[in-house]
Amino acid sequence: MGVLNFWFIVYENMIKKTTFAPHIFFKPKFRVMNNYELMVIFTPVLSDEEFKAAQKKYTDLVTGAGGEIVYSNPWGLKSLAYPVQKKTTGIYWVVEFIAPSTFNETLKIQLLRDEQVLRHMVTKLDKYAVGYNARKRSGVSYKNEKAEAE
Amino acid sequence: MAKANEIKYLTAIKTEKPKKKFCRFKKYGIKYIDYKDVEFLKKFLNEQGKMLPRRISGNSLKYQRKVSEAIKKARQMALLPYVTDLLK
Repeated sequence: MGVLNFWFIVYENMIKKTTFAPHIFFKPKFRVMNNYELMVIFTPVLSDEEFKAAQKKYTDLVTGAGGEIVYSNPWGLKSLAYPVQKKTTGIYWVVEFIAPSTFNETLKIQLLRDEQVLRHMVTKLDKYAVGYNARKRSGVSYKNEKAEAE
Repeated sequence: MAKANEIKYLTAIKTEKPKKKFCRFKKYGIKYIDYKDVEFLKKFLNEQGKMLPRRISGNSLKYQRKVSEAIKKARQMALLPYVTDLLK
């Protein structure tokens, strides 16, 4: 009987150990938010409304995932340096946003499924890039520095 | 008749020292290289759209790497060509 009792205690302890898993109950609420920049090339056949609808679709996706749009910049129709999917022009759209790091996978799936998208690229921005973009937006010219550098 | 210790050169000797190259990013404190700024990136390309080596552009290794990343991104997004003639 003593041996049986011993094993019972061991078994009980095992159950206790497995059920007591604090990481299951206390998930960290803090999520890593990063600055990203997304550049999309849409097909040139889009009308203005369709282009706006497509923009809205992706901005909604960002805000829906708990992200935030910092700046959206539609470049419009631009000629490509080389043909992509037999098209020589494309509609460019650049958007800067803050989102959790897990969001990129869902965004990627949506972009790849979309037939209006020729190409896309998400770039992670470091602090210098964020500063550069902010300065560029506020109109402080970065060109002067470059002109000096020339 | 010239003196024996007087040396004569066929071509004029270079008296000026060649200008020392410098890394423009270090010198002017440019920390981020934007892949969207095509005109700036073209300074680091030759006519075929190939990247200039460090010995010509004078970039430090850290910034040469960043330039190359920016150029490759721009190529992917069809802002710059992969191969071409007469880029400039």
